[in-house]
Amino acid sequence: MQTAGGVSACLPIHSDLDLVWVRQHVRQAAAQLGFGLVAQTKLVTAASELARNTLVHGGGGQMACAPVSRGGVPGLRLAFSDEGPGIPDLEQALRDGYTSGEGLGMGLGGARRLVHEFAIDSRPGSGTTVTVTSWVSGPPRPREEK
Amino acid sequence: MTGAFPSPYGGQVPVLRIGDVLLVTLQGDLHDGTAEQLQQDVSEAAADSRVKGVVIDLSGVEMVDSFLGRVLSDIAAKTRLLAAETVVAGMRPAVAITLVELGLTLPGLRTALSSDEALRLLGEASISPRHGRTRQESP
Ligand SMILES: Nc1ncnc2c1ncn2[C@@H]1O[C@H](COP(=O)(O)OP(=O)(O)O)[C@@H](O)[C@H]1O
Ligand SMILES: [Mg+2]
Repeated sequence: MQTAGGVSACLPIHSDLDLVWVRQHVRQAAAQLGFGLVAQTKLVTAASELARNTLVHGGGGQMACAPVSRGGVPGLRLAFSDEGPGIPDLEQALRDGYTSGEGLGMGLGGARRLVHEFAIDSRPGSGTTVTVTSWVSGPPRPREEK
Repeated sequence: MTGAFPSPYGGQVPVLRIGDVLLVTLQGDLHDGTAEQLQQDVSEAAADSRVKGVVIDLSGVEMVDSFLGRVLSDIAAKTRLLAAETVVAGMRPAVAITLVELGLTLPGLRTALSSDEALRLLGEASISPRHGRTRQESP
């Protein structure tokens, strides 16, 4: 995408073409904020996993992308939300290799490893929001554990 | 059927035949549909032409997630059934580092630094039963 100006965005996730836009936007936003190549790749990969979950398991939804800052350190926050069935057992869903469908079951747990902060808000019947944040120069300081 | 296979997926992923090896060059960001089509095309091409190996050049790929990772593993598994080997070539360091952290191991896939190296690797491996062809190139 040519919109080099925008980090903040809300992108729809309703098709596998949308996954491509999500990845491109996250790449471009992360680069703009000063993330290095490896950090960009980790974020884009996490975003791809989470966006695919939104599409496949959540029945579609959106990604909100926003710049954040803490103690002068810039970061990027991505929130993937849907109004799908929700995740009944979070611990199980995060376990490597668990899938309720035909995936590899590495997306949720893998995405958690690829970012600095990771939170899931999900209730059965009322959808799922997964919010991740990464900071340009590592996590600011581990004050509060999730 | 001759050298290059037609691309029913709109020419996005060319599958070329070089000797006994299929060379697939992935570029940029693949749609899921394209990746799945690729999987089908490669196994069909491998079956049709009895190749010894498949080289997948990833040097133009900026990200491999678990979806594409599974496509690559599936290609390797299908290719192995046809007694051929799959080599992934030219994976970028940032992609490789991310894959490890994601937790993907890509079973059945050999790796090479470049598709040249991959072709050499497959060439030597497949020629080994015959005597007198142990030509070694210094790296
Ligand atoms: N947005 C979501 N809505 C409902 N269920 C989800 C969502 N995201 C993940 N899940 C559940 O968590 C499981 C594990 O997710 P993941 O690790 O990405 O594996 P995969 O997508 O390969 O199944 C999924 O199989 C699904 O049951
Ligand atoms: Mg997934």
